[in-house]
Amino acid sequence: MTTVQDIHPRIGRTAARRSALRRVLTAREISIVFALAVLVAVTAGVRPAFVHSQSIRDILLGAAIVAVLAVGQTVVMITRSVDLSVGSILGLSAYAAGTVLSDHPGLPVVLALVLGMAVGACCGVINGLLVRFGNVPALVVTLGTLYMFRGVAYLWADGEQIYADELPGGFLKLGTASLLGVPYLVVIALIVMVVVGVVLRNYPVGRQLYAMGSSPPGARLAGIPVGRRLLGAFVVSGTLAGLAGVLFAARFGTIDASAGNGYELNVVAAAVVGGVAVAGGVGTVWGAALGALLLTTISSALAVLNINQFWQQAIVGALILLAIGIDRLIALRVAAALKKEGSNVR
Amino acid sequence: MSADVSVDVSVDVSADASAPGRPGAPERAVRAGGPVRPVTAVLARLAGWDVAVIALAALVIVLASVFVDNFGSSRNFTFLVLDLLPIVLIALPMTFVIATGEIDLSVASVLGLSSAVMGYLWNQGMTIETIIPLCVLLGAALGAVNGLFVTALGLPSLAVTIGTLALYRGLAFVVLGDTAVADFPSSYTSWVTGTIGGTSIPNVAIIIVALAVVFGVLLHATPIGRWTFAAGAGEQAARFAGVRIPMLKFWLYVATGAVAGLTGVLWTLRYSSARADNGSGLELAVVAAVLLGGVSIFGGRGTLPGVLGGVVLLASLQNALRLSDVSNEALNIVVGALLVASVLLPNVTQAVRAGTDRFRRRHSHPTGSPPLTAAPR
Repeated sequence: MTTVQDIHPRIGRTAARRSALRRVLTAREISIVFALAVLVAVTAGVRPAFVHSQSIRDILLGAAIVAVLAVGQTVVMITRSVDLSVGSILGLSAYAAGTVLSDHPGLPVVLALVLGMAVGACCGVINGLLVRFGNVPALVVTLGTLYMFRGVAYLWADGEQIYADELPGGFLKLGTASLLGVPYLVVIALIVMVVVGVVLRNYPVGRQLYAMGSSPPGARLAGIPVGRRLLGAFVVSGTLAGLAGVLFAARFGTIDASAGNGYELNVVAAAVVGGVAVAGGVGTVWGAALGALLLTTISSALAVLNINQFWQQAIVGALILLAIGIDRLIALRVAAALKKEGSNVR
Repeated sequence: MSADVSVDVSVDVSADASAPGRPGAPERAVRAGGPVRPVTAVLARLAGWDVAVIALAALVIVLASVFVDNFGSSRNFTFLVLDLLPIVLIALPMTFVIATGEIDLSVASVLGLSSAVMGYLWNQGMTIETIIPLCVLLGAALGAVNGLFVTALGLPSLAVTIGTLALYRGLAFVVLGDTAVADFPSSYTSWVTGTIGGTSIPNVAIIIVALAVVFGVLLHATPIGRWTFAAGAGEQAARFAGVRIPMLKFWLYVATGAVAGLTGVLWTLRYSSARADNGSGLELAVVAAVLLGGVSIFGGRGTLPGVLGGVVLLASLQNALRLSDVSNEALNIVVGALLVASVLLPNVTQAVRAGTDRFRRRHSHPTGSPPLTAAPR
């Protein structure tokens, strides 16, 4: 977790061994990996079919789309904003890609990806401009554009649906085929995660986003171009939502204007479960992606275990509350530890 | 343009800006101002966004009555009120919650869970007279859970209520599955859909008016309302002034839950159908209506009449567009645009006013450089 890592240099050498242990124990991602392992072990123990390659593939395909969205959401959330419009952007981009490909089946698949990302980027620019220049909180802006982008998709689709047989086979292969045994969707999600993750962790731009979320006035005083960075964060989130839309179209083949309806809450839930703080400044894309994987795994585990599917949503809700509760406890402990160590050093 | 005129104008404008209520300013404005000043004077008087929203709602109603067939019919009026019932009821306590700087996204799920429990208990053979208070209590308890997470644990309300949004809706499905319970006593269902005497005013309007009066008085004429605004405007200052903020927020969440529970009962009776997915997605409409009514998402600012105006504006616009055969989904664009405009426009007018004020101050200074133009456009 960022805060813990930031503290480390200040901890004395005597505490180094203790702190290394603590670093592992307090790494937020470890807890999700652990929960995931327990879940898979228990489910597989009861129903061995759960760990067959086909069922794992399904989980990974579903998680890949949500993970791409969650990575974009992380970029926005660490700046203490939120992007609720991602579900609508996904729908718009999925329909755009589907329409263009069914009209021009000869187009290369890469172009469809670029087109979807361009649609998403445009939506992201609209969000970002409103947040930056309208001086309007992101929650309100993206709640408004959630309605607007979805409405545009409905107007455009006008009740029409795009079916899988209208789409070129090469495009549908993107959703089903694999590269060295790893589905393309997962490869794309991993690339997105690595690129965004490395930028957030190791590049000034990424650290500036964390700084903005930790302390907006502090970030401004430190000379960070807050407005431009915020605009950029929304463009990244929109672009990734656009990419997710094309992946959605490739995976499901059947697309109407309601594609991705309600995804925004799943995505925020995945990020929150993965340790991305709503209050900003804390969280990693790895955590968010693991959160997406955990939520997807839970829903298929419930199905395999024959537990009433209706419990799924309740469990997701309880998990969110648990995650933010634990994060709060960790934050309080870190703050207390910081206080103690700070007094020792001085 | 002669120097005389420009000096006269600039002095006049500065007086107008620094002391808008000063006697004598209006007629001077009329004498020298041209078309610009009366407009700004009116704007200053109607400073609040809430007044603008109410006016806009009235405008929509008037235009729709003239141009949209059947909009003015008494039957449509009844439907309009019934349609805005859930949003207006939940918007009342939500105004308080948002005015303290918090938010409650779980309201629609509380509504759904209340509806599901109502159907379940009815199937168990309980009488409706026991079920209704139980559902309101259930809503209050669910609100108390939100309140505890937010106040006792100090967690961000956005995250907490996204969590309980999923949790409560999930529990609703656990209670009732995807079945529906429909055989509620017709004396109750027909009361909810019925009208008062021979008029076209629905019976439920009594509930709306009663609750609106209670919450309006609470917000604008009691310490509770002042605490609410104080907590939203500056939490630390409010605490130092003796406001027990955690206590206040907790009870506001309880009230929101109770009203959402009641709304679940009314929703169920109106459609004679208890379903786990009742009211799905309503939370965004309620928040949109409250913000449209001029309540600041940061807390500390807002009026209840403004919120009522926001609800009426949204509902009548949707109703009119639906009657004009605009597709339901395309309405989303209008709702979204209104929501963005409601927070954007006050900022823009503020920025414009600040800009013109700066302009005037610069040009009204007696020793400053001579003004280039007579009046700011």
